[in-house]
Amino acid sequence: MADTTGTATPDMVAPEGDATGEGVRRRDFINIAAVSAAGVGGIAVVYPLISQMAPSADVLAESTTEVDVSAIEPGQAVKAVFRKQPLFIRRLTPDEIKQANDVDAGSLRDPQTLKERTKEGHEDMLVTMGVCTHLGCVPLGAAEGENKGEFGGYFCPCHGSHYDTAGRIRKGPAPLNLEVPEYEFADTVIRVG
Amino acid sequence: MSFPWANHYEPQHPLMKWVDDKLPLPRLVYNAVGAGYPVPRNLNYMYNFGVLAGFCLVLQILTGVILAMHYAPNSLVAFGSTEHIMRDVNWGWMLRYMHANGASFFFLVLYLHIFRGFYYGSYKAPREMIWLLGVVIFLLCMATAFMGYVLPWGQMSFWGAKVITGLFGAIPLVGEPLQVWLLGGYAPDNAALNRFFSLHFLLPFVIAGVVILHIWALHIPGSTNPTGVEVKKESDTVPFHPYYTAKDGFGLGVFLIIYCLFVFFMPNALGHPDNYIEANPLSTPALIVPEWYFYPFYAILRAFTFDLILPAKLWGVLAMFAAILVWFFLPWLDKSPVRSARYRPLYRVFFWILMVDLAALFWLGGAHAEEPYIMFSQIAAAYYFLHFLVIVPVVSSIERPKPLPYSITEAVLGKDDDAQLDAVAAAKA
Amino acid sequence: MIRLFGILTGLVFAGVALISFIAGFITWAGEEHVETAEHVAHLAPQKQDFSFNGPLGRWDTVQLQRGYKVYKEVCAACHSLKFVAFRDLADLGYNEDEVKALAAEWQVPGIDPNTGEANLRPGLPKDYFPLVYPNNVAAAAANNNAIPPDLSLITKARHDGPNYVASLLTGYEPTPAKLKKEFKFETPDGLHYNPYFANLNIAMAPPLSADGQVTYDDGTDATKQQMATDVAAFLTWTAEPKMQQRKQTGLWFIGFLFFATVLAFMAYKNVWAGMKPKKPAEE
Repeated sequence: MADTTGTATPDMVAPEGDATGEGVRRRDFINIAAVSAAGVGGIAVVYPLISQMAPSADVLAESTTEVDVSAIEPGQAVKAVFRKQPLFIRRLTPDEIKQANDVDAGSLRDPQTLKERTKEGHEDMLVTMGVCTHLGCVPLGAAEGENKGEFGGYFCPCHGSHYDTAGRIRKGPAPLNLEVPEYEFADTVIRVG
Repeated sequence: MSFPWANHYEPQHPLMKWVDDKLPLPRLVYNAVGAGYPVPRNLNYMYNFGVLAGFCLVLQILTGVILAMHYAPNSLVAFGSTEHIMRDVNWGWMLRYMHANGASFFFLVLYLHIFRGFYYGSYKAPREMIWLLGVVIFLLCMATAFMGYVLPWGQMSFWGAKVITGLFGAIPLVGEPLQVWLLGGYAPDNAALNRFFSLHFLLPFVIAGVVILHIWALHIPGSTNPTGVEVKKESDTVPFHPYYTAKDGFGLGVFLIIYCLFVFFMPNALGHPDNYIEANPLSTPALIVPEWYFYPFYAILRAFTFDLILPAKLWGVLAMFAAILVWFFLPWLDKSPVRSARYRPLYRVFFWILMVDLAALFWLGGAHAEEPYIMFSQIAAAYYFLHFLVIVPVVSSIERPKPLPYSITEAVLGKDDDAQLDAVAAAKA
Repeated sequence: MIRLFGILTGLVFAGVALISFIAGFITWAGEEHVETAEHVAHLAPQKQDFSFNGPLGRWDTVQLQRGYKVYKEVCAACHSLKFVAFRDLADLGYNEDEVKALAAEWQVPGIDPNTGEANLRPGLPKDYFPLVYPNNVAAAAANNNAIPPDLSLITKARHDGPNYVASLLTGYEPTPAKLKKEFKFETPDGLHYNPYFANLNIAMAPPLSADGQVTYDDGTDATKQQMATDVAAFLTWTAEPKMQQRKQTGLWFIGFLFFATVLAFMAYKNVWAGMKPKKPAEE
């Protein structure tokens, strides 16, 4: 044991008496392990702190919406709410279906056919989010008498995006077609989410 | 900082040098809680609680800011939003239990920190300012904790708010208008809840500011130590880092184990069941008590039951505030030149009697307001005032302290060569 | 000067406290000290052997399902469960379709999509258990001025809640003759004697009146004690659905902290090696 009466050892060195290489390495290892354990613990605690900002259980529970579509006439659209955002459900007329199918999908900005955007056997039911893919405004055209834009579908007044009868972007700044959420038919009810 | 042998910050990496030129923040940290701060080498575990209190403050601010993201300060939905946190928010139950129990553990740590100050005379010159700022921190913590307890809007929240604001109603003339002004109404309701939430969010940052002043003031004379003998030379001290960072790290681990036992296995043991009943202005719980950390002061409040010139209620309120305010005067009430109770045989006895007295007040503050508890609390309250205002000044005048060690080094190692040199020099002279 | 002022102040406060003590003592000594009926007859809850007791406790989901049935068929007539949503019943071991079916058995307030008028509709998983009474006035009016408390948090809102609920439900008995004689204690009409209730007379009529009141789906014999314990377990879950997760997370926390603290202690000893004297000077 070194005589430590003179000065306090100013930094972390083993006492000279037993300062063999082995001793020093074991001691360093313990110090590193202790600091690492503190670090691991600190990082582990961050997980709940981040996770708490994700949607809570009650919000997730609301994320399924069911809508009875049997009363929607051809040419009519209804607005429902899915995840606190508007959902457009539109029964297309044969004319609108023809308009949508007459377009060469390959020439579009976001190439998709009407068939790809509807469920088999329900090609006349167009279910899309009512959220413009540009910056998130609600497009017009779902309600009676609203401006449906140059292509007879939806028109977003914020920055002038025009969607066609299949909800595909045809003109204006929006980059993508109106989003088709995941949904399924159960008889006359569609279940979104 | 103030010791000439303190290590100097010398950045090695060019980036750190660059930062040091522009904003010497790493240097500040190095000198405050790093290797640049020489600390007496003989601190015991009672000196861990300052760092732990700082940890608690950070923990409370962190969990509190998160809870505020989910809590709604409106009397119609506050209780429900608390349940929303407990049931639906991801990890919300853990964050709320951490915050609620964190308040209790914060006070536990603060009390031990303060009692250590009583025992080792940490309040004495030249450290009066550290002590005064500490008492300010304690008062701010009490205000913050009280307002935080109101937020869940349970029965204890509501009646606690009513009773505590009712204290101000005891003040002659302005009391009742003052109480109505504090609450923004005739009883606690939405107005009170909203202002309490706002202040509960604000005050912790004020506390953090005063904590910085507290630490700043500490670095002028440096820490006390169990001998109460001032640092004389380099061999009396060790650098804060790594010596006390290592010791505080171990202390933090022990603290967290005990804390987590409460958070995860008995999270409601320190709370009161009535606060899981939504606030009801028409029905008072059978027993209204504050949280345990206010019990001694609550016991003092209830001890005054006799109208002597002033009404009993006013005596109680005055005594409760005086019970904390006397701490402000402690540096001047105790004129003994010896700091540590280790060398003050008489003071040490009275210190332990005070601890027993406080233990009694802790117990009595939570008891039903009935006999014989009130009589016990009257005796305990009387002793509390006698201790600080009579016994401490008198003892400091009449006591004969034991001889002090020459230096911290001598106290630790049993001998100090300088002491012999000094003695020889003195003999020659 | 401060000391003189301090001593005077101290003597004043201590004096007033002591005068209060003397006055209180004289009053106390002059009074007759009679025990109250509550003091003599009130009982602490009986300990039940719940599966969720202890740091390793877990829910017995089959028991919780039985307790849910007791709540639905007995308690729900008067007591709401407003902080619990039907979706939460998944914790009891029900799958998604079962939760939907259970939710649909309840009528919750809704809005007619065509007229906008308030109506009742079958519950969905996202809905909360409906209120029994629209407000406290209606609750009091229907129950002889006693308001049946919401049960969501009842086991946290009472001391020793799970045991309290189980004991209270089975604790009804005739008012003891001894109390009537010695304390002139009476149970007024419309109240019921129960030694587990704080003031001994509870407004709630005995809810579990006979064995077999509820028919359990799992064939368990529905004795009164069984029903009381099951519903107490269910109400413990409603009060703190995250209890099991809490205890399991806690074991991880404590385990890790113990490991880290041992390391921290070794690192502390390590850093201080050579700094400590050969023999401790004192303390």
